Amino acid sequence: MMKHESIETNAALLIVLTLAAISIGGLVEIVPLFYIEGTVEDVKNADGKDAVRPYTGLEQLGRDIYTREGCYNCHSQMIRPFRDEALRYGHYSLAAESQYDHPFQWGSMRRGPDLARVGGKYSSSWNTKHLIAPRSVVPESIMPNYPWLQKTDLDTSDLIAKMKTLKKVGVPYSLTKIEYDANVEKFGEDVAKKLDINAAEKNLMKDAKLGNFDGNPDKLSEMDALVAYLQILGTMIDFSKHDEAEFIKFR
Amino acid sequence: MASKAASPVVEQYNYDIVKKFALMSLFWGLAGMSAGTYIASELAWPFLNFDIAQITFGRLRPLHTSGVIFGFGGNALFATSYYIVQRTCQTRLWGTGFANFTFWGWNAAITIAGIGYLMGITAGREYAEPEWYVDLIILVVWVVYFLVYTMTLLKRNQPHIYVANWFFISFILAVALLHIFNNLAVPVSFFGTKSYSLFSGAQDAMTQWWYGHNAVGFFLTAAFLGMMYYFVPKQAGRPVYSYRLSIIHFWALSFMYMWVGTHHLHWTAIPDWTSSLAAAFSIMLLMPSWGGMINGIMTLSGAWDKLRSDPIMMFLITSLSFYGMSTFEGPMMALKSVNALSHYTDWTVGHVHSGALGWVAMVTFGSMYHMIPRLWNTTLYSLKMVYIHFFLTTIGILLYITALWVSGIGQGLMLRAFDEYGNLAYSFIETVAFMHGPLVARAIAGMFIVTGLLFMLVNIYLTITRRDTVENTVAATAKA
Repeated sequence: MMKHESIETNAALLIVLTLAAISIGGLVEIVPLFYIEGTVEDVKNADGKDAVRPYTGLEQLGRDIYTREGCYNCHSQMIRPFRDEALRYGHYSLAAESQYDHPFQWGSMRRGPDLARVGGKYSSSWNTKHLIAPRSVVPESIMPNYPWLQKTDLDTSDLIAKMKTLKKVGVPYSLTKIEYDANVEKFGEDVAKKLDINAAEKNLMKDAKLGNFDGNPDKLSEMDALVAYLQILGTMIDFSKHDEAEFIKFR
Repeated sequence: MASKAASPVVEQYNYDIVKKFALMSLFWGLAGMSAGTYIASELAWPFLNFDIAQITFGRLRPLHTSGVIFGFGGNALFATSYYIVQRTCQTRLWGTGFANFTFWGWNAAITIAGIGYLMGITAGREYAEPEWYVDLIILVVWVVYFLVYTMTLLKRNQPHIYVANWFFISFILAVALLHIFNNLAVPVSFFGTKSYSLFSGAQDAMTQWWYGHNAVGFFLTAAFLGMMYYFVPKQAGRPVYSYRLSIIHFWALSFMYMWVGTHHLHWTAIPDWTSSLAAAFSIMLLMPSWGGMINGIMTLSGAWDKLRSDPIMMFLITSLSFYGMSTFEGPMMALKSVNALSHYTDWTVGHVHSGALGWVAMVTFGSMYHMIPRLWNTTLYSLKMVYIHFFLTTIGILLYITALWVSGIGQGLMLRAFDEYGNLAYSFIETVAFMHGPLVARAIAGMFIVTGLLFMLVNIYLTITRRDTVENTVAATAKA
């Protein structure tokens, strides 16, 4: 039997064995998730198209603001399969719903409520008012005020660069006709149009105007983008059209 | 410099680099813990956000966590590991220039990252918030750190590598592994600050919490055990209790920690088997954790009286007690049924602080009180101030943990309460209102801890500045 002394007197051996000891856990638990089918559920709409789509340009810029302000420090985006959470927030979160999230924002703390399905729960004008001064609508709230979101113009200068970068890490935005057609196949034509990088700037202006998220149609503010993002959260899958058993098997 | 060259100790070892890291650690300690107390106050009294973007809770919290973990903890680990590797290998640190590079590089990285957080530049991943360009600086610093450390080990004048160094090696290797894989990202542009993580959703979450928990496991545990294995025996004046136990718990700890990160993702959208595996390993991890605690505390056997007479020993032994307590609490919270209540609440935050303040900060304070007078070749200015620091810190930590037990468990219970008709008994905001009291207590606890630290800083300042007087007195006495 090898004596431990031979490790203690040999730095190289100590390093190699330690490296082996610390590598195994990650290899066993994480690497398979990239290969096991069903880690991310394949959720289809009735028409056979993917239910969960990548964010539009406006939503993605809103998401970047969400990350920038560190919202994840107090809000989770991951509903667990418990009765109280079902009543409070809705259906438990699926992996499919955050498959285009770079980075994920599941969070680890709820100083404020979960936001995974906050989309459509409140009106956009409520969201705007709440973000500017949370205690004006929820007196007991401990959330900071975010008045600058409404006052700051949305920076769209790097929209294209951002979408191209996200494309590199696997989000199916399209640049070529072939990619666009693939998106039509996968998501349907309406969604495919939103994912076209060539039309991104035009789409963003259109979405902002149509949504009028911050209540001021003349100004494209950071508030527009953030509320657009909040309003899409958790709304992509229509759970009333799915059987509960369909998702349980993936856990 | 002339007076330094006269001392044979300084010639033998590179103490200059240890001094720099030690002082920087105390600076970041004050900055990070003050930031922590401030954001704790923001939760208790939200007006403290003052509508200023840069100091809102969401932007300031990463400054607190990076400040205490990487600033205070990181600099303390550089300082003590460079001190310990020289003393236990009885050789001078390899590569003075390289070692200096790790000092400037590491602190530049934290400063750049910290200023970035206030400006809203963040990767949006807990405890890995620095953006891609800071990650690259950290990577280079870390490779150089590994080089300096290993080269020093290789030129040791002792046949055996002392146990403290095993833990530091394990820490350096694991942090490299975690840092690289968790920060894989593609920058939006070469001159821009923004990047997007390579992974998304469930896989991203798994990688992040594999990193997140092992930042605790290797940065805040293994490395600080290295610190413990040197300073506890030194301060007690006794050998380590059990050599065999140190071997077993070192390998078990290094192997098992890497499996447990997924307990941060119980009940979330990841495959159940990863979650179960993590829970099982979390329970098993109790054994190597307590192995370290027992080995440390039992080192004092035969010298228990020091717990009454030596405040530095009080810091070290109390830190081990907190280590034992939080490594019991941790596996318990890793059980799925307990986690269902504790997750997403302040219970987790309290648990982290019983480890980070009770174990990490206290073992660091004790080690610094032992090491700093020796670095400057003098004696501590005031033991009484160490007592005061000890009691302020202990009271602060106990108040902190208790407050967050109330807040966390209370909120957890309220959220899952139903009325007689099967409806939710409380709205979310009612739980927030309930948390106000405990959050105030927590902010006050932070003030205790910062006040204690101020006593330490004054004590250390006076210790270092009176060195000249002590040296002169000693020299004068010797002449006479």
